[in-house]
Amino acid sequence: MSIDMAQFIDAFLEESFEGLERMETELLALDGGDPETLNTIFRCAHSIKGGAGTFGFGAISGFTHGVETLLDRMRNGEQEAAPETVNLLLRAVDTLRAQLHAARDGGEADAAEVAEVRTLIEAHLGDAAPTGRPADNHGVADSGGADAPADGNRTGPRGWRIHFQPYADLMRTGNDPLRMFEVLEELGTLSVHCETDRLPDNADAFDPEDCHLAWTLELEGDATRDQVQEVFEWVEDESDLLIEPLDAVSEPTTEAPPLTPEPAEMGATTPRPPEAPAARGGSGNRGAESSSMRVNAGKIDALIDMVGELVITQSMLTDISDQLEEDPSKIEAQIERLRTGLGELERNTRELQESVMSIRMVPIAQVFNRFPRLVHDISGQLGKQIELTLKGEYTEVDKTVMEHLGDPLVHLVRNAVDHGIEMPDERAAAGKPETGQVTLEAFHRGGNVVIEIRDDGKGMDADRILAKARDAGLVGPNQHLDRHEILQLVFEPGLSTADQVSDLSGRGVGMDVVKKNIRGLGGNVELESEPGKGSRLTIRLPLTLSIMDGQLLKIGDETFVIPLIAIVESLQTLPESVKQAFGKLPLYRLRDEYIPIVDLAALFGRTEPSPLPERALLVVAEADDQRVALRVDDLLGQQQVVIKTLETNFRKVPGTAGATILGDGQVALILDIAGIARMASGRDTRAA
Amino acid sequence: MANDATQSIHDPATAGEDQYLTFILAEEEYGVDILRVQEIKGWERPTPLPNTPDYIRGVINVRGMIVPIIDMRLRFGMEPMDYGPTTVVIMLRVVGEERERVMGVVVDAVSEVYSIGADNLQPAPDFGTRIGVNFVRGLATVEEQMILVLDIDTLLGPGLIASADAIEAEATA
Repeated sequence: MSIDMAQFIDAFLEESFEGLERMETELLALDGGDPETLNTIFRCAHSIKGGAGTFGFGAISGFTHGVETLLDRMRNGEQEAAPETVNLLLRAVDTLRAQLHAARDGGEADAAEVAEVRTLIEAHLGDAAPTGRPADNHGVADSGGADAPADGNRTGPRGWRIHFQPYADLMRTGNDPLRMFEVLEELGTLSVHCETDRLPDNADAFDPEDCHLAWTLELEGDATRDQVQEVFEWVEDESDLLIEPLDAVSEPTTEAPPLTPEPAEMGATTPRPPEAPAARGGSGNRGAESSSMRVNAGKIDALIDMVGELVITQSMLTDISDQLEEDPSKIEAQIERLRTGLGELERNTRELQESVMSIRMVPIAQVFNRFPRLVHDISGQLGKQIELTLKGEYTEVDKTVMEHLGDPLVHLVRNAVDHGIEMPDERAAAGKPETGQVTLEAFHRGGNVVIEIRDDGKGMDADRILAKARDAGLVGPNQHLDRHEILQLVFEPGLSTADQVSDLSGRGVGMDVVKKNIRGLGGNVELESEPGKGSRLTIRLPLTLSIMDGQLLKIGDETFVIPLIAIVESLQTLPESVKQAFGKLPLYRLRDEYIPIVDLAALFGRTEPSPLPERALLVVAEADDQRVALRVDDLLGQQQVVIKTLETNFRKVPGTAGATILGDGQVALILDIAGIARMASGRDTRAA
Repeated sequence: MANDATQSIHDPATAGEDQYLTFILAEEEYGVDILRVQEIKGWERPTPLPNTPDYIRGVINVRGMIVPIIDMRLRFGMEPMDYGPTTVVIMLRVVGEERERVMGVVVDAVSEVYSIGADNLQPAPDFGTRIGVNFVRGLATVEEQMILVLDIDTLLGPGLIASADAIEAEATA
């Protein structure tokens, strides 16, 4: 029994979180109790219950049992899919999620909330069940850990008495009575009596790996004989098993089991350590959320195909080399074949790279899916009528990008619902439909992923934003800004504290944080808004963070990479365009603009500043609205580079955005243009 | 010296004894916990990093990983040495608070592997130089040779990484 359960538990948790998401989505889509939707929800709950039971999360399994029973009733038409029932189920989903999080991270779920929701579900069941026993159910619910036969709506003790006497070597074959009892627990109220007669008298005869115990179990509930039999299916040949109906035998010596489980006895027979899941990983496990991912099987198949092609190309190249050895006279023809082969190899490698990169790409639906619930909840609280439309959920983004996208998006959608959309009467007064529209759309454009959040709410009042910005000192009294520029001020930190903006026409709360997060992902965010008509936030993000198109260039005898996207142009200096400021700061006049010339070798502390040669090569690059002209010695090729961070083994190095490995195995630094612009302006004595 | 080594290697993990890989710097012998040694490589020219202290020689590619290279002589303020065929880089696993890092240290040559008991480690005297006393786990004597046993987590830890510039400023002041 030394199988490492941790890996399975991780998979179970991951699947359960997905199941919960699914339940949530379907619950929100549940329109008047569509049977197919209910079936889907039921199946999700059922899987979670089963998994939780298997992995020893008894409380979760017990809790889900109630949810499942309720869903089953709805599925059978015994209970209506009324809005309050749906809301209760949504709440149960939240509670389950909290419990699963606690199971993963080793924390504690809010016991009061769990008990309350559980009681509510039991009460709901009690109401609906014609001969229900709400009182009993309540008792069970309050007792916490144990499972309740929530559907035990018959009278009188019904069930099975099970005599189970395993042979001594039962446990050696990997069977564990404890697990079987846990499954039995789910079938009804279980009481367990353990017989210890077979325990050897002296310790010498005691083999701890033998099973010396026998049990008499009493299971109350509606379980059929087959269901009970199934539990013992694997051990029938390794034990003496007798299953008889409870009311068939009435041995006077047997205590009549009470209707509720006996906690003490239960505790004795099911000593499942609640700390087990917590102890299994420590801090390492907390990262589990991001360390594993699900990949579409089609992508893996494509990868396998490509590796197959690569193998073929390789054998073709080997063949050419053999031919050359055998018959050097046909060298011309072979060289031609070699070229073709290398061309193949290049194509294979590129496709393989693209294919591997695509594995990291996940549909943005994983983030979008949480919004129907969010909008449902907030609009309910605020008394607004809002219709949320999701578009392009299957647009793919890099996994890392997506993980960091969730919080900013929640913020923006919340803002749209909270501040953008007006109350129904306000909307009616303005001649708009009472139901407000919020649209969340994702699509690819160029090398970017674009996400738009649109609403048809009241829009933003640029004059008030400007007034606030002037008050906060963000804008000088005589500074003139156009409407677009004014709107972007909402992303400024000074405008973002809650009390300052709550009286504005909305937005702004934490918008600086949103912008910072998006910038951190290498993207940007813009706001457009029209008073009375609504607002549109546009987020642009790079497709992936780990690869980019780079321009290789030589400075001194070193090779650097500059992101192709940052390059404005490359040029040879015209002597008359080089100007000096303060006699030492060289500027280059490009059309009507003066751009500082940066001597990178000096800026990076490699050499002493050197005077600009007569005809120098400059690369004009731009980032964060700042332009610099880098003095370079040579322009090499352009190629895709894989970005590696220096922080893994060292730290962030100012002026660099990481490093990459070139074809010859050498490391080349990737230049951070914005950082270089800052360095050049801050440390001009060394730079110029 | 090879004899000494065989003697000490064939005395496997006696209770309370740790194994140390020793290396030579200017004819002195230094030891590091052998469990932290990931591999030993020959010297290759690293890609220099901008505006870092002289002892950070740059970064190299170790099977797709970018690893910084630290020159121990320069780190300890010793005379620099030309890199030659025997110059080696020891790849060490440095355990920090947040994560583990891999760093390479340039030394003159790799020497021996010794088992040294904790009892045989004497506390280091105050060196009062660039080598802070906290970098030295202790002094040991093996076959009449003095070995300075280094604590690499302190030596190559956050101090070196975060305040490399500060250390440099302090050293040049």
